[in-house]
This record gives sequence, structure tokens and C-alpha cells, in this order.
Amino acid sequence: MPATRKDIIRQLQKDILLWQGVTPPAAAAVPVGLGPVEEAFPHGVFPVAAVHELLSEAVEEAAATSGFVAGLLSPLMQRGGACIWISAARQLFPPALKAFGVEPERIIFIDLAREKDVLWAMEEALQCEGLAAVIGEVPEISFTASRRLQLAVEQSRVTGFVLRHQPRDLNANACTARWRIRPAPSQPEPGMPGLGFPRWQVELLKVRNGKPGSWLLEWSAGRFQPVVEKTDEQPQVQVKKTG
Amino acid sequence: MAQRFVTIWLYQLVTDWLTIRRPDLQHQPFVLTAPDRGRMVITAASTTAQAQGICAGMVLADARAIMPALQVFNDRPGLEEELLRALAKWCIRYTPFAAIDPPAGLILDASGCAHLWGGEGPYLEAIITRLQAFGYQVRAAMAGTIGAAWAVSRFGGRHCIINSGKEQEALLPLPPAALRLEPGIVERLQKLGLGRVSSFIAMPRSALRRRFGQELLLRLDQALGREEETIQPLEPVLPFQERLPCLEPILTATGIEIALKRLLEALCHRLRQEGKGLRSAVLKAFRVDGQVAQITIGTNSASHNVDHLFRLFGHKIATIEPALGIELFLLEAPKVEALSTQQETLWTGGCGLESARLSELMDRLANRLGPDCIHRYLPQEHYWPERSVRPAAALHEKHAAAWRSDVLRPVRLLPVPERITVAAPIPDYPPMLFRYRNQVHQVRRADGPERIEREWWLEAGPHRDYYVVEDEAGRRYWIFRSGHYDGSQPHWFLHGFFA
Repeated sequence: MPATRKDIIRQLQKDILLWQGVTPPAAAAVPVGLGPVEEAFPHGVFPVAAVHELLSEAVEEAAATSGFVAGLLSPLMQRGGACIWISAARQLFPPALKAFGVEPERIIFIDLAREKDVLWAMEEALQCEGLAAVIGEVPEISFTASRRLQLAVEQSRVTGFVLRHQPRDLNANACTARWRIRPAPSQPEPGMPGLGFPRWQVELLKVRNGKPGSWLLEWSAGRFQPVVEKTDEQPQVQVKKTG
Repeated sequence: MAQRFVTIWLYQLVTDWLTIRRPDLQHQPFVLTAPDRGRMVITAASTTAQAQGICAGMVLADARAIMPALQVFNDRPGLEEELLRALAKWCIRYTPFAAIDPPAGLILDASGCAHLWGGEGPYLEAIITRLQAFGYQVRAAMAGTIGAAWAVSRFGGRHCIINSGKEQEALLPLPPAALRLEPGIVERLQKLGLGRVSSFIAMPRSALRRRFGQELLLRLDQALGREEETIQPLEPVLPFQERLPCLEPILTATGIEIALKRLLEALCHRLRQEGKGLRSAVLKAFRVDGQVAQITIGTNSASHNVDHLFRLFGHKIATIEPALGIELFLLEAPKVEALSTQQETLWTGGCGLESARLSELMDRLANRLGPDCIHRYLPQEHYWPERSVRPAAALHEKHAAAWRSDVLRPVRLLPVPERITVAAPIPDYPPMLFRYRNQVHQVRRADGPERIEREWWLEAGPHRDYYVVEDEAGRRYWIFRSGHYDGSQPHWFLHGFFA
């Protein structure tokens, strides 16, 4: 019986996770609306009390990463918590967040002169219970620093995002997941001029106890939408162009 | 409570100060001089020089004639007051009300302070001994009025304590100059043979007023306590202040922490009872060597949470240098505000912008990293992108205008637009390709133009035509053309990056 076999395997996986110290998420878990991407995480739930690491090389990738994080913030901020954005050289333009369902006035920006202070401020902010999320823009993070952040979020259950723009060395650290977000060509509605909804190639490079993968996501109608296989779409586009 | 005042007369203030700094000048004749109408006039003479007949007010050349070996130093205007202020500050350990009384005098309001030193005798003794140990020559007196204490310290016996109500008896044998009168009035009194206070104190007031003016009566009344006299304390006394004297000088950080904790508990208890919270606090540590070290904190919203305030002070304790030890701690709350009860009810809830936990976090960040680092933005009704947001003044400030959701704005906005070179087909069409930082981008899709006029009532200049463009790799940019095509080639700029 394949159904029972599937159940047995699922049960075994759950047991393994339990032995590894990964507790099943609380019933009141926040769905962040990542769709298929969430399946990559243990128990199929986006880990909220965790530190996520997002890599970017070019400025355009950094912009895409900011947009992706903003998309994640809107469900996280549903419960009324504020959000803190810490950086040493901020270029984020607050009005843009409105398009991702985030109220820009509920984000507090901490603009620091030195990158060294960013991690200190992040740790201090992550210890504050009830915040929706803490975002820190810092290129380098050591194992010890990431461990400190991890310990802070385990206590407070705040979500932390470390935006690493042009990191020098990708050492192992204690972050739960490592992402890379790249902009992808948008697809306007058939027959419409201009640009379509923002699309990103979302890569999950490392996940603790999960399965890394790569997905194409689109931000439309106020939530993440998975884009059907690229190969399927390619001929469609050509059809439209010729037609 | 009966008022008690101590006046201190440092009759050799400047020369003593110089001798402390340069011990080799002890028993040496020296003077301080200042230029006056083209001559050098002596402003202060050391005790040894005074024994030779040299006194303040003499011309330096005359003094040199008397004593060729005289050493001369330059006097600085304002030096005496500076020294007095420093000494008055030091005296705050004896009373919160300390005032300067130039020339060369200090006034302390000792009401209700003396019992801490075991009575008025030991109190006065302690002040005098400490000042003498520094090397100052002092005369001090304690009385129920400033006038009487002043008179006795200058003209009476050594270190007198006049009990309240006995001022008149103490004043009787003193010369009229003891009443702080103008030199002209003193001269007139002397001329009439009234050499003592006793010789005119019983005269009818109308006669005294007619001959010597209102001032004599005023000074007499002040000395006898019939007229109220106030002093201007050097540092205004704050209503919320706690002090903690230490039996032994404190040297360690742990000691400072314990002292701070005790002071905070006492202060916060008082604040809680009055329904108030502090917005800023200062911890002053008075050191044995006379210096004062202080650390300051500020909060975003009124607070009387001991643990939170202690944490704010926490990492600043290391900056206090105890040197030989700290003998007195003083915790002041210069800025106190009424506390809304709402703050405590939200203590355990979520962490919105109004929550106390968030404002405590902001306090911690602001105290460590500086208050200018925290920003929050509200919409502003301007089309020009740079002016479309404004920083919020407070955490609780609500926005009057709404955020615009009808137009697309880039996630990253460059603070200054960067020049790009483009190949644009015809006017008002988006470019086909553009070069940004030496990289050519082929434009695949574009949106626009969105024309944004420069608001002429704020500044002059060309308008901008914005385009949202996407290149072959799916990277999205916000570019604009500045001004019209009017013969000359218009400039193109890149202003932001879309997600």
C-alpha cells in the first residue's frame, strides 16, 4: 500500500527531526505564503523564530532581496508588531514597502556609522519579545555572532534577517537558512504594455534539516505566487510575440 | 525648621591657589598683577608680601621699590570667580544649596544638614579642616542669617557658631563695615564717630534712613533676620534627587553598581508614588580628590523601571574613574514627566510602536549608539521623490497624509541620482539601451513616462520624466530624463532599483 508507506516515511522523518531537537511548530504558526518554498523547511513551515541569511552580489540583487524580505514582512507584521531595520549604509526607500503590504511607518530604521555596531544592535533588538522582525544589513557575520543571534531569537521568537551584500567569505554559521534572491524577467499580462509583476529566482542554498532548492516566485495580488515551469512559458512568450 | 547659613571667607584665595599649584612659593613674597590704565596694579599679594606692607591695589613699581626680590605673576580676569565656582561645587557634598559670594566668599545654606555630621560644631569643623587641608586659609561662621554669618566670618572671632536669635548680640561689637555696606556709608558713619554697630543700632529708624539711606536699614534687617534674604544656588536643586554618602571611598565597579541600584530604587519608588517617570537621569560621583565624574542617560518615554534604567547606565559605569575613591553618589532626574498608566497595561502584550518594551529597546540603542541613529518615516504630500518622506519626530507620531499606493517606487533609492548614457529612439520614448557604470543594459520592457515637476515654490529647475525599465536579465531600474529635448541633449540619470 503506497499510502501507508508514505505515512510511515513521514512519521519516521518526524521522529528523526524530533531526535535532532527540532520541535514541531506551534499551532499558531504564521503562514508567510511562500507556497512550495515552505515545503523545503522541516515540518513544511517557514521557521519564524530563526535567523535567515540572504546573500546578494550586485546592487540589483540587493534590491530584489529587499523586496523579497518586504514581502515576508507583511504577514509577519500582521499581529501588530513593529519591525526594526538596522544598517550602516541604507538605501531602502520607505514608500516602496507599501507595495509589499507593509506600512512603512511601522518600521524603525537604525542608521549606524559602523558595521561593527550593526550586529550589536541586531542582537539587542532580537532580544525584544513581540517584535515582528529585525533586519540587519551587514556583509560579514562570524560563527560566534550568528550563534549569539540564534540564541537571542530562540528566547524571544523574533524573526531575524541578515542581508549580506557582497560577503567576502561564506563561512559556516548558525543561521537557519541561507537564501539568494535574484531578479528575474517579469511577464506582463497578455496584451498589456510595460512591466509585469516583480519576479525573483529564489534559491535556498542551505536549510537546517531541510531540502535546498530553487523556485521562481512572483509578487502579485499582495502575495507570493509560484510561477509555473519556465520551460512551459518560453513557447508561450514566443507565441505572443509572433501573434 | 530654622534656617542656618555658613559663610566661608577665603581671604587669600588666589595666592593660596597658586601656592597649592607651586609648593616652592610657600613663604615666598609674590604678587599677582593686572594692567590698569597703563600701569601694573597688584590684585593679590601673598601673606609674606603682605607682612612687608605690600597689599592689593598698590602699583607694582612701588612694591618693587619696597622689595626688589618680589615675584610677579599675571592675574587672569575671572580667575577668582572660576576658583570660587569650583569650590562651591565641591561644597555640594555638605549641602545642596551652595552659592558663590564674590569677592572670595562662599555661602552655604546648611538648614537641616548639620545633624548628618553630628551637630553644627563638627559640621563647620569638617568644612574648615578639609579646606585647610587643601591649603586654603579660611574663616567661616555659622548663623541664622546670611548677614550675621558674613559679619562674624569677616570681623568676628575664629569659626564662630551663632545660635539663632543671638545675631544682635554677635553684631554689637563689630564695625559697620561688617554689615556689607557701601564704602561711602561706612565712611560717613566713621566720620560721625559711629565705629560700632552698637553705637547706632538703637537709633530711630527714621533718623537712620534720612542720614544714611534705605540700604543701611535693609542690611541691618537682613543681618537680624527681619528681612528675608535669598541666595542663588550654584546648581538649581532638583526635586527628584537622591544622595548616597559612603562610609569608605568606593573604588570598584561593583561598588558603583550597588550604589546606583540603591539610588535608582529610592528614586523610582518616589516617582512611582507620584505617578511620574523620568526622561533623563544623571549620576554624579564625588571623588575624594574633589573631582566630580558623571554619567547621563536619556529615555524616549517616561520610565520608572529600575531594571531598565540600570541597564541604560550599565555600560557607562566603566567610564567613571574612581581615582582615590568616591565618597558621595548623587542621582538626579532633571527631566521628569507624568507617566500614563497605559504604559504598564501594555507591558505584556504585543510589541507595537506604543509598547514600553520597544521604547526601552530604543533607549538602549540610543544610549549606546547616539540618539541620531533612530529614524522613522512618515509620508509627506510632495511628488518630488526626495521630499515624499519626512522623519517622524516621535515614536507615537501618526501620519496625517496617506502613503501613496498608486505609483511604483523603487526599493532602493540612490541619495544622489547617477548619470547614465542612453540611446533613446525619439523624444518621450524610453531608451533602448543605457550604460551604467560601464555596463550596457538592453532595455526589454519599460513603463512610463511619469512626469514629476519640480515644485517651483520650493526650488527652480527642470522637471523629470521617470521610466521604469527592465533589462535582459530581469533587473529593474528607475531612470529619468531631466528636462525637455530643446536642441541640447538632455541628461539621463539612474535614480533607483526596483525589487
